[in-house]
Amino acid sequence: MATYNLATPLREEDVTRLRAGDVVYLTGTIYTARDAAHKKLMEALDREEPLPFDLEGSVIYYVGPAPAPPGCAIGSAGPTTSGRMDTYAPRLHALGVKASIGKGKRTQEVRDALMAYKGVYFGATGGAGALLSQRITASEIIAYPELGPEAIRRLTVKDFPLLVVNDAHGEELYAKPNYKL
Amino acid sequence: MKSINARDIHDSVRDMIMDACRILSDDVYIAFNKAHAEEDSPSAKEVLAQLIENADLARNTQLALCQDTGSAVFFVDYGEGVRIEGGNLEQVIADAMVEAYDKGFLRKSMCHPLTRKNTGDNTPPIIHSHVVPGDTLRIRFMAKGGGSENMSRVAMLKPAQGWPGIRDFVVRTMAEAGPNPCPPTVVGVGIGGTFDLAPTLAKKALFRPIGKHNPDPEIARMETELLAAINDLGIGPMGLGGKTTSLDVKVEMHPCHIASLPVAVNVQCHSSRTKEVVF
Repeated sequence: MATYNLATPLREEDVTRLRAGDVVYLTGTIYTARDAAHKKLMEALDREEPLPFDLEGSVIYYVGPAPAPPGCAIGSAGPTTSGRMDTYAPRLHALGVKASIGKGKRTQEVRDALMAYKGVYFGATGGAGALLSQRITASEIIAYPELGPEAIRRLTVKDFPLLVVNDAHGEELYAKPNYKL
Repeated sequence: MKSINARDIHDSVRDMIMDACRILSDDVYIAFNKAHAEEDSPSAKEVLAQLIENADLARNTQLALCQDTGSAVFFVDYGEGVRIEGGNLEQVIADAMVEAYDKGFLRKSMCHPLTRKNTGDNTPPIIHSHVVPGDTLRIRFMAKGGGSENMSRVAMLKPAQGWPGIRDFVVRTMAEAGPNPCPPTVVGVGIGGTFDLAPTLAKKALFRPIGKHNPDPEIARMETELLAAINDLGIGPMGLGGKTTSLDVKVEMHPCHIASLPVAVNVQCHSSRTKEVVF
């Protein structure tokens, strides 16, 4: 398992060399979006309206941060469960999104999209929101402020610590439960 | 009658909520350290080290332990000899909760179920009240995260399924949950009662500190067996594999109808945030 320092926007060659289990420290600009923001993005796409950020090479972080205490760029900001965004993720990968950051399992449809469109799914440590917030140096709401914690924010991150959970080659990092489901 | 001033309740509840979301309780912190020492896998050790560092950071700053500061869940034991001066208890709790989520930089996570419009102040709180003998007022708070709540399940088993059926339902629920509810989890299990009581028992069980068994030795034995079976799944911290899929299992039991065997599993993430105030 390798360790990489990557910068945004991500290029295809950044993503295709990653393998499940690799550690990535990500620096640059990423965008927050969770349930309600994804729904709005899909509606904008359906109406052929411009999106609030350029999808090409972009990284979406599934997070609804806590409010920023004084002196902090952002409040606690760890990943939410990614599975709720599975229904939206393939369409976004087809339009240029290179990576998502979250926690938990993805569907086969998402894993297929990662292979088809050369994308990657990163895991960040769930419940370590205070710690992860320290790697976020700036945060600005760029769309849907009415969604409150679910608004789309542009985050500037420095050495944001990630694990490759699903790679562009069909591999997954998570342990298989010792139980026949 | 014992009189308690509503303002005192308000201030105590507000402070309890702000502390619970920032200061991990000792039992959970100790369980992280114990798991860290026992794990062999580097990824499991790394996750647990991060959780310990996260708890240390939150304790020493104004940052919440987790951005999901939850639905605000309360269990109230309302002594019948208590009179509250200057306010209605549920309103006092709701007002204190709103102030805590505002002043404590806590996320407001409650919304309309269909329009998904955020209520803006984390209202309404979810309050379970019980009238009890005596002149004590006990208010317990839990910041209940959505990711782990989503992996919770209830089943109406057939009485013939008995303990093997209960055991399989609990283990299967945790196997299906996999990495989603932020393991290592704490698992609340409610056995018996009715369709609605079983999950309430499961939630109530989560208030019991890690390492403290049900006082009934038969139920304590079930807890030990379930914890071993869940940890045999090998899901591990954040689903990366390891010995620690759950930190503890808490079982509460209640008589049920002769036709029924309700079982509920309430999954709690590792950021198990509970606190209580007693008047």
